[in-house]
Amino acid sequence: MAAFSICIAFYYNASVAQGAANNGVTEQQHNAGQKEEGDFDVAGTILDHIRDHHSWHLWGHTAIHLPVILKTDKGFEVFSSSKLSDEHHQPAVYNGNYPYKLMEGKIKIMNADGSVNAEASKKVFDISITKNVVSMFITVFLLIIIFLGVARAYTKTGVTSAPKGFQSFIEPVIIFIRDEVGKPYLGHHAPRFMPFLLTIFFFIWINNLLGLVPFFPGGANLSGNIAFTFTLALFTFVIVNVNGKKDYWKHIFWMPGLPTPMKIFLMPIELLGVFIKPISLTIRLFANITAGHILVLSLVSLIFIFKAVAASAMAVPFTVFISVIELLVGFIQAFIFAMLSALYIGMAIEEHHEQDLVL
Amino acid sequence: MVVGSVAAIGAGLAAIGAGIGIGQIGKGAVEGIARQPEAANEIRTNMIVAAALVEAVSLFAVVVALLGNG
Repeated sequence: MAAFSICIAFYYNASVAQGAANNGVTEQQHNAGQKEEGDFDVAGTILDHIRDHHSWHLWGHTAIHLPVILKTDKGFEVFSSSKLSDEHHQPAVYNGNYPYKLMEGKIKIMNADGSVNAEASKKVFDISITKNVVSMFITVFLLIIIFLGVARAYTKTGVTSAPKGFQSFIEPVIIFIRDEVGKPYLGHHAPRFMPFLLTIFFFIWINNLLGLVPFFPGGANLSGNIAFTFTLALFTFVIVNVNGKKDYWKHIFWMPGLPTPMKIFLMPIELLGVFIKPISLTIRLFANITAGHILVLSLVSLIFIFKAVAASAMAVPFTVFISVIELLVGFIQAFIFAMLSALYIGMAIEEHHEQDLVL
Repeated sequence: MVVGSVAAIGAGLAAIGAGIGIGQIGKGAVEGIARQPEAANEIRTNMIVAAALVEAVSLFAVVVALLGNG
C-alpha cells in the first residue's frame, strides 16, 4: 500500500504544481490592493492563504524557499525561489534562461522595460516543488512510516495476537473501511479493491488533518486544491472503467428492458454520467476542504476587521469550534470519497441477472 | 460591485437549501432513532454521510459564487 502511495505521489507531482499555479491567477488580483490601502483586505488575505506558494512561510520574515523547476524552449532550469524576491521581500527579476519574475503567484517572463512578455510566458511549464508538493511528500512519508511499522508488527506477531502501540489505532480504522465501505458495495470482490480504497482514504485523511495544523508541517491547502482532487478522482475513473463488466457498458449504451426510443434517449445521459461521477468527486472534496479553510480564516480575520483585541474573545472560540467541526469533516470527506469510489466500482463490476430487469 | 452582491445572494440561497436539506435529514434520523433506539449507531452513520452529501451540493454553489465574485 505504501509503495502504491509513492507511485501516486510521483504521478501527482507535475499535475499538482501545474494546476496550482493556474488556480491562483484570477484570485490574486484582489491581493494587489492590500498594501496601499489602510483597510485590511479580507478576501485577498484569505485567498492568498488557500493558494499554493513557491516558498513556505514559517513566521515573521522567515520562510523556507522551495526549488523552482521550469521547462522552457531552452530546456529545464532549477533555481531557488529566494532568487525571485529581494531583501525587502518584494518580487524581483531573476535572470535565468529568461528574465523571470513572480507575478500574482505565477512565474512570468519579463521584457527589458519591465513589462510582462505574455507571448513568451505561455511557454513556461512550471513543475516546481511548491508548498503543496512538499506537503504531499510529508503525507507520503507519514503513510510509509505508519504503514510499514504496522505491517511489520503483523509479520512479527501474527494476526492472532492483540495489536500493540500504533497498530491498535490503525487496525479499527482499517476494519471500519473494510466493513463499512468494502464489503457492502463490493461484496466478494472487496479484497481486490481494498488496497486502493485504504490508500485513497488514508491519503486524503492525513492530508485533511495536516491542512488543519496552522504551523509548519501542516497548513498547506492540499486537499482543497482542485488539481489534486481531480487526480484522485481520475484514479477512480480509470479503475471503474477498466474493471467495467459487459453489463456496465450495456446499461450505458443500450439499457435493457426499455423501448427503443427510450434507449436512444438515455444513451447520452448515461454517457454523461460516466464523466459526471469523477467530476462530482473532484468538486466535493475540493469545495469542502477549501470552504473549511476559508471559514477558519474568516473568523480569525474578524479580529483584524474590527481592529480590536476584544474581538478575539468572540473570534477565537468560534475558530476552535469550527476547527473541531473540520476535524470531523476531514474524516467524513475522506470516508465519502472512499465510499463513493467503492460504490462506483461496485456498480461497474456487478453482474446482473436478466430476469430481474424485465419490467 | 453588483456582481459581488449577486454572488452573496447566491451563496445565501445555497445556505437556505442546505439548511432545509440537513434539517430534513436530522428530523428523519431523530425520528428513526426514537422508534428504534437499537439501530441508533447505524442511523447516525447514514445520517452523517447524507448530511455531508447535501452539504457538498451547497458548497458547489458557494464555489460558483466565489468564482463569480473573482
